Amino acid sequence: MSTSCKLKVVNLAKSFTLHTLGGVRVHGFSGINFSLPKGQLLALSGPSGAGKSSILKTIYRSYLASDGSALFHRSDGSQVDLVTCTESRVLDLRRREIGFVTQFLKILPRVSALDTVARPLVEIGMPADEARTRAEDTLRRLAIRPELFPLSPLTFSGGEQQRVNIARGIIAPKELLLLDEPTASLDEKSSNTVLDMLAELKQQGIAMVAIFHDQKKIDRIADICVPVEREQ
Amino acid sequence: MLLELEAVSKIYGIGCGECCALTGETGAGGAICPRCASVVAVNQVDLQVAEGEVLGVVGESGSGKSTLLQLIYQDQPVSSGRIFFNGMLDQKGERQDILTLPSTLKARLRGRDMSMIYQNPHRGLNFNFSAGGNIAEKILDANERNYQTIRSRALHFFTKIEMPPSRIDDYPDAFSGGQQQRIQIAKALSSSPRLLLLDEPTTGLDVSVQARILDLIKALQREMGFAMIVVSHDLGVINHLTDLTLVMKNGCLVEYGLTDQILEDPQHAYTQLLVSSKL
Repeated sequence: MSTSCKLKVVNLAKSFTLHTLGGVRVHGFSGINFSLPKGQLLALSGPSGAGKSSILKTIYRSYLASDGSALFHRSDGSQVDLVTCTESRVLDLRRREIGFVTQFLKILPRVSALDTVARPLVEIGMPADEARTRAEDTLRRLAIRPELFPLSPLTFSGGEQQRVNIARGIIAPKELLLLDEPTASLDEKSSNTVLDMLAELKQQGIAMVAIFHDQKKIDRIADICVPVEREQ
Repeated sequence: MLLELEAVSKIYGIGCGECCALTGETGAGGAICPRCASVVAVNQVDLQVAEGEVLGVVGESGSGKSTLLQLIYQDQPVSSGRIFFNGMLDQKGERQDILTLPSTLKARLRGRDMSMIYQNPHRGLNFNFSAGGNIAEKILDANERNYQTIRSRALHFFTKIEMPPSRIDDYPDAFSGGQQQRIQIAKALSSSPRLLLLDEPTTGLDVSVQARILDLIKALQREMGFAMIVVSHDLGVINHLTDLTLVMKNGCLVEYGLTDQILEDPQHAYTQLLVSSKL
């Protein structure tokens, strides 16, 4: 198993120092350890405010860790500590190997749903027409009505936005995906579709760290579960 | 590395040798030297920009952002420090400090390898030349001498900025402020530079024009792959355009990181203040 390890998190911790409030320190999380093999999904579970999203953001380097390491095993066999490597290296990894599906859709209001979803494919070099066809298929599968394709997703409902966000996040899957509550505002049927899609990604060898609140979903999709406790 | 700055400083005034040490981030007098009253606009900045990277520079007015760009573009002489560009070597095979280049080579660097887009179109464009003439001037600077090639390239970049070809012979003052910025963009890109410097490119334009210009810049950057340094006091612009951000205060670099990290997890007290001041 150790050879196919994709991400090894060791003693990861994060606290925030708020200088604007007189230097008060806010605890994020601490003592996080796990090892995630290729093709598996690791679920972070725990109460709101326990620091689950912060863990994802720290792995993605949107947050700077206070302690510990996050060793990412690249497909070429080399190993990078996401906590300490250079910013340029992080950018390169984000372009090619590590993806983040945020909880809420963050996009420009001037781009259609179809182009939003097709974009990651265009970025990896697929011709625009082909990328759009693939994007259409993915959106259809997630039950987005075709008449919405040319509109900006920011005009959509919360659940529809989340599905567009997932479609965009997994259409050109990177080898490590970080997913922040991918099914939070979806109904039963859409949730099931998303979980099916995540299962297919596992088949393709994609490693995932995801946040879920629902234990039933964890039981169904996760290979590893890491409980995160709120600090007492 | 495409661009490297080593301890680059800019001092206005006589200078006393202690200016950089006595001013800066924590200096009591801000950017003004308490001993000789010189103004330290840029204080020993170290910086690296890799090929194709997009770097934002933020900080309040007077923090030295624009001066930093002007030092890189050599609009102003550097007081001390060294700048390396694109792995250029000198005759001995050592890294060539571009500040010590003979003026002809400096001019070539500015003409071909770097371009600057100014906040005020009057600085970036010659209002006595037509739009096409302005673009042609840059292509000439990049050492192209064939009239047909120059004309067709100028036209190519003029249409790239979504302007009707019929207007290429109009003079800059016949265009709106937003259009003048577009012409600056066409001019800047017409030499296919490796590095594009942008000084508050959309400040003062109304929001719809601003959005279209930023989208245009972003699309062209993706297509052509040049590196950019964008100076802006607007965190929205920085968030939209850049991957990396550098925060300046009193001429010093106080924080550097991924743009999302700077905005979501700022470390320095000044950056936290800046981010919390966002509307």
